[in-house]
Amino acid sequence: MKYKWAYVAALVAVLAAAAGYASISKASTSTAGSTKAVSGSISFDGVWTGAEATSFGKVIKAFNKVYPKVKVNYKPLGNNVSTVLATAIAGGHPPDMADIAQPGYIKQLVAQGKLQPITYAKSVIAQNFSAPWQKLGTFSGKEYALVFKAANKSLVWYDVPDFKNAGVTAPKTWAQLLKTAATLKASGTPAYSIGGSDGWTLTDMFENIYLRTFGQAKYDQLTAHTIKWTDPTVKTALKTMAKVLGDTSNINGGTSGALQFGFNDSVTNAFGSPSKAAMVFEADFVSGVILSSTKSKAYTGFNVFKFPQIAAGPPSTAVEVAGDLFVTFRDNPAIEAFVKFLATPTAADAWAKQGGFATGNHNVPASAYPNAIDRAIGTAVESAKGVVFDMSDEQPASFGATTGQGEWGIFQKFLKTPSNVNGIASQLEASAKAAYKKGK
Amino acid sequence: MTSGGITAEPPVAAAPPPSTESGRFGRYATGAFFLLPALAVLFVWIVYPAVYTIVRSFYGQSGYLGTFVGIDNYKRLFTTSTLTTAIKNNAIWVAVVPAFVTSMGLIFAVLTERVRWAVAFKTVVFLPMAISAFATGVTWRIMYQQDPNVGAINALGRSISGVFSPAGVLPSALPSTPTLHALSSGAIVLTKPVQPGGVALLGLTAIPSTSVPKGAKQAATPAAKPGDIVGTVWRDFKPGGGKPGVVEQGELGLPGVKVELRSTSGKVVQTTSTGPDGSFEFTKVPPGTYDPAVGASTFAKPFGGYSWLGPSLITPSLLIAYIWIWAGFAMVVIGAGLAAMPRDVLEAARTDGATEWQTFRRVTVPLLAPVLSVVFITMIINVLKVFDIVLALAPESTQQNANVIALAMWRTAFSGVNDFGTGSAIAVFLFLLVIPVLFLNIRRFKREV
Repeated sequence: MKYKWAYVAALVAVLAAAAGYASISKASTSTAGSTKAVSGSISFDGVWTGAEATSFGKVIKAFNKVYPKVKVNYKPLGNNVSTVLATAIAGGHPPDMADIAQPGYIKQLVAQGKLQPITYAKSVIAQNFSAPWQKLGTFSGKEYALVFKAANKSLVWYDVPDFKNAGVTAPKTWAQLLKTAATLKASGTPAYSIGGSDGWTLTDMFENIYLRTFGQAKYDQLTAHTIKWTDPTVKTALKTMAKVLGDTSNINGGTSGALQFGFNDSVTNAFGSPSKAAMVFEADFVSGVILSSTKSKAYTGFNVFKFPQIAAGPPSTAVEVAGDLFVTFRDNPAIEAFVKFLATPTAADAWAKQGGFATGNHNVPASAYPNAIDRAIGTAVESAKGVVFDMSDEQPASFGATTGQGEWGIFQKFLKTPSNVNGIASQLEASAKAAYKKGK
Repeated sequence: MTSGGITAEPPVAAAPPPSTESGRFGRYATGAFFLLPALAVLFVWIVYPAVYTIVRSFYGQSGYLGTFVGIDNYKRLFTTSTLTTAIKNNAIWVAVVPAFVTSMGLIFAVLTERVRWAVAFKTVVFLPMAISAFATGVTWRIMYQQDPNVGAINALGRSISGVFSPAGVLPSALPSTPTLHALSSGAIVLTKPVQPGGVALLGLTAIPSTSVPKGAKQAATPAAKPGDIVGTVWRDFKPGGGKPGVVEQGELGLPGVKVELRSTSGKVVQTTSTGPDGSFEFTKVPPGTYDPAVGASTFAKPFGGYSWLGPSLITPSLLIAYIWIWAGFAMVVIGAGLAAMPRDVLEAARTDGATEWQTFRRVTVPLLAPVLSVVFITMIINVLKVFDIVLALAPESTQQNANVIALAMWRTAFSGVNDFGTGSAIAVFLFLLVIPVLFLNIRRFKREV
């Protein structure tokens, strides 16, 4: 009995130690001007795993050449970024920095006052990024995010042997695309490979069609939900999209097959051997899947063309992008140094050399890209006159980014019954209305 | 805890002789001290999250608590279609799975007592238990694929249907121009009838170059012959498309295709086969008008497979896979109950002249009732919280049709929507559903003790 208080004391000590361990160690910094003097550690939560995580490691390495005393602890979260972040923020312990792909989510965080502005990096960003890119990182009139990596989503990939067999070339306009598709069908190869099990492949197609038909201004309005989803423009775009989705015998696997194929399946079906379809409407990351999952080679096996122009007039240079937006939850000299560094061409260069990278940083030299397809995509992104962000990522997640619900689920219904344009439009509007109301 | 009637105090009879006040305090202090770690764990991992979840379910979307919204989240639970689907599906799960698993386990357990290779059989039936539900989901998802070249179940369907209705040589072919049209039977017919001395051009497209029958040569342009009907069946396509309906250089004939000459009433008058250049000829045709056609058997589609993962079949498909996992567990538990059963009762029944079925129905099953109810109740709890197999097996396009409460909770609270309020409400609802079953279980435990 004599020792019981000793036990209690020991237990308390152990618990206290555990609590101390769990609390976050703050960066110690000095304000000296030399880069060598800045020290500290930065916790960074991001989406990249595998090869992409290695590539981001190269960026950190390049940063450490300049700032050897700052340690960046990158934590790869894969698809769980938003889950982990939401929980960490609710618990009051967010990481120092994070990579978020949804501007809609950042908007929410800014409104809740969770993020720190990165106004200190304004001049570096202005030197390297053109106005549309700066705008993408600006929320409520302040710079909060740096669009470090961008994916060009206005692309269509095609199987070169299939095109050769059918005697067709890459189309430039929507009418040509439909004609090409008909010829492909006649040649015995379905034209379209659609990964309908992943709803976002369908929303991406719609967004490109909308952008190419009505231009950036309307696109931005629809994104902000200042025009309704029952608007005639939306219906027109849906009718255009139905020309593809309704051509069921021209879709690999027909409608029910397309609904079961995920994005990866749609790519391997088109570019595997034997090729089961000729074209995939998706972003630049398709090439990564082709190279890792099939034996197809650039130019001889696969190639890419820009999403064709639909409205009459000169082809639009606007590009739909998705991107990795870097945000900061804290502010200290180490973090400031890292953010400023990430806006420089040196940082982008470090990843571009590894392949599978595009950025709005126009000071990245074309020579940084390792192959011609990467270069073509990268320079198209850098030089884009207008940039719009993936619409579904800008909207509240319950409408724009939830499996089987909202936009993703409704577009899957549209794939099933492409003739139901009016019904789909009103379902979209109802779902959007509910999501925007709840988001406030 | 105390409401359940369980108390940590020892029974009065076993109480030690009375001691001094300080001594009793010391004993309680020691007891409390030893309970402390367990209590701490219980509090941190069970009590606090449970209480927080209940409180949280009355608050808004985000933040530690957010704004108070009353019972809005619970209203949403029964008015949002995605959530009501989940509740309906869970009801189907509860209605089907425990009954099936228990009865299959019972059948397996009784049968394995009588077969020679009982151990091998039991091992095979029990094996799925050794695989994680997620891996099971992934495996079955591949087996359920619609394309018979991928999905094992539809491959079986194809090999069976292949015996009864074999696939044609040109299953994907389509008419190349409106001068041809497809009949509902699948046959492709020339739209304008032909008279003897006429020419029939049967151009087909959508034929992959790899599917052109072997030995095909440049398609022939048919020359009209008096009294005969001549024509060509060919792949009406060359790179770039060519001119549909015209036999061009570089377009191959389709050899070995069965061509029918139909009278205008649809009766087949003559049949013939095409040569290497796709040409065919009906000789000595009596005067009249005829419809030359390519028979339906040429275009017979191979068995395309059932859409097991499609919206209408996804829940049954999931149930089958889930029963496949758990039947082995039920078999082992019921088998153990069977082994512990007094044999003399069975023998007495048999001596009294009961048939095997009567013995099973009137003796075995009643004696096994406690074990059966354990399996049944365990399965109800398992099924109420089913999650991983749905996530892994159902493709995203039909996950909404296959939704269950636990999955809906996760999707609402974490994946994408990040609505902690509604997510908590779903969790509380699930908890309420499990409580009666837990209560049953606890009562049973107490009876056994």
